[in-house]
Amino acid sequence: MNIIEVHHLTRTFGEVKAVDDISFDVAEGEIFAFLGPNGAGKSTTIKMLTTLLQPTSGTISVNGHDPVKEPDAVRRSFGIVFQDPAVDDELTAWENMEFHGVLYGVPKARRRARIDELLKFVELYDRANSQVKEVSGGMRRRLEIARGLLHTPRIVFLDEPTLGLDPQTRNHMWSYLEQLNKSDKTTVFFSTHYMEEAERVAQRIAIIDHGKIVAMGTAAELRAKTSTESLEDAFLALTGSAIREEEGSSADRMRMVHRARRGR
Amino acid sequence: MSSMGPAIYIMWRRQMTRFVRSKARIVASLAQPLLFLVTFGFGFSALYRQAGAGNYIDFLAPGIIAMAIVFSSVFSGIEVMWDRQFGFLKETLVAPVSRVALMLGRTLGGATVALIQGCLVLIVTLIIGFRPASWWLIVPALLVMALIAIIFTAFGTAMGARIRDMQGFQLIMNFIIMPIFFLSGALFPLAGLPAVMYAVVRIDPLSYGVDALRGFLINSASFGLTLDVGVLVVVAAVLVSVGAYFFAKIEV
Repeated sequence: MNIIEVHHLTRTFGEVKAVDDISFDVAEGEIFAFLGPNGAGKSTTIKMLTTLLQPTSGTISVNGHDPVKEPDAVRRSFGIVFQDPAVDDELTAWENMEFHGVLYGVPKARRRARIDELLKFVELYDRANSQVKEVSGGMRRRLEIARGLLHTPRIVFLDEPTLGLDPQTRNHMWSYLEQLNKSDKTTVFFSTHYMEEAERVAQRIAIIDHGKIVAMGTAAELRAKTSTESLEDAFLALTGSAIREEEGSSADRMRMVHRARRGR
Repeated sequence: MSSMGPAIYIMWRRQMTRFVRSKARIVASLAQPLLFLVTFGFGFSALYRQAGAGNYIDFLAPGIIAMAIVFSSVFSGIEVMWDRQFGFLKETLVAPVSRVALMLGRTLGGATVALIQGCLVLIVTLIIGFRPASWWLIVPALLVMALIAIIFTAFGTAMGARIRDMQGFQLIMNFIIMPIFFLSGALFPLAGLPAVMYAVVRIDPLSYGVDALRGFLINSASFGLTLDVGVLVVVAAVLVSVGAYFFAKIEV
């Protein structure tokens, strides 16, 4: 069964086609990677899958529901870790979890048990009562992962989840997610710039460039298709070596400036 | 759609937690009203009395209470902009709850914070020497304070959903909020104003809030309490609807 089905999906911003007629399926229980240069359309696609953006045309089905017509049914079925931090710094780790649980309507007894279980799972239990602004970037990321899993979603979306994480935290994070993928058949959909990460954890990979999917398959298939030795070479063969300018919104740009000032 | 109650509640509680935790903000929010109260209050007191208009502190106190609520409310509402900047907004927008519930929870939270700050300023005015006409009428005055808080938090939320940076925020403070405050009659009596200015005062919604507070606290409402409260309720309903509309339109 396909838990995500995308047909002829397009999204334009003014003149620019950020996502241009893409189609793909993700099977239930699959770990699926979305690769592409900056500005290729990865985040735009994830935003459409997760109800944050409306498609210009095309159809999407997530866990059997259309994000445009039944956003709440779709929202209940996934958890998400965004590209940028999305926790409340002033609240504690536990309060961020509690907030999420109430918002998703997880009943109190189950919510409290899940929060304890997940904070232990990501090894943040002893920092549960620290305000998020007091903990490290790696801990925030782990908190976001724990939060994304709180309502036991069928699908987890991760948009460049390991950006700026050290190898220890990255390995930790993937071991949780792979474990969860095996035990609960949770589908994992992620985008990344790290080729070795995609090669190691993803069962299938889609490469997107200029809004179009240019290749899709297992890492071995992509290497064979391009007659290359590594996924990185396959990626470069498919997308070229020109450096891309990322077109950010004013908010993105300001966030980047702010982050640079705070030294994250 | 499931019930909106839990979502409204948890949005409200988040604001409360953040408020209780930011001692600096509580102190800072009291500093400005106190400054106005002391400088204007004692500065113009003698002149006001000589003009035969009575006790200026009594006249000024309701205006300063309204001021504290307005500024606190707008700040709370505009926090939507910060939530967008720091990413937390997305966490709420992908949750399986209606945006109306998110907006209502946020507005009620911000309004509660503003109301608490208004009460703190009321206590400060009492310490400085303000005496209400009747202690009992502080109760309806609190309701007026709550209405002012809801109006300006909803206004801030609507603006925060539209603007993206500090420049936009400065524009709103300098070109909307400051004029609304200065033209509300919070600092001066309306009798004998030039006709044009009086007309502007009459279209400023805060004028009715200040007038209602004076009506309950010092028994002197120049527009009449029924009109005052009526205008406040209508403006609150309109701004909450506009805020909910803008909030529902947010794309991140």
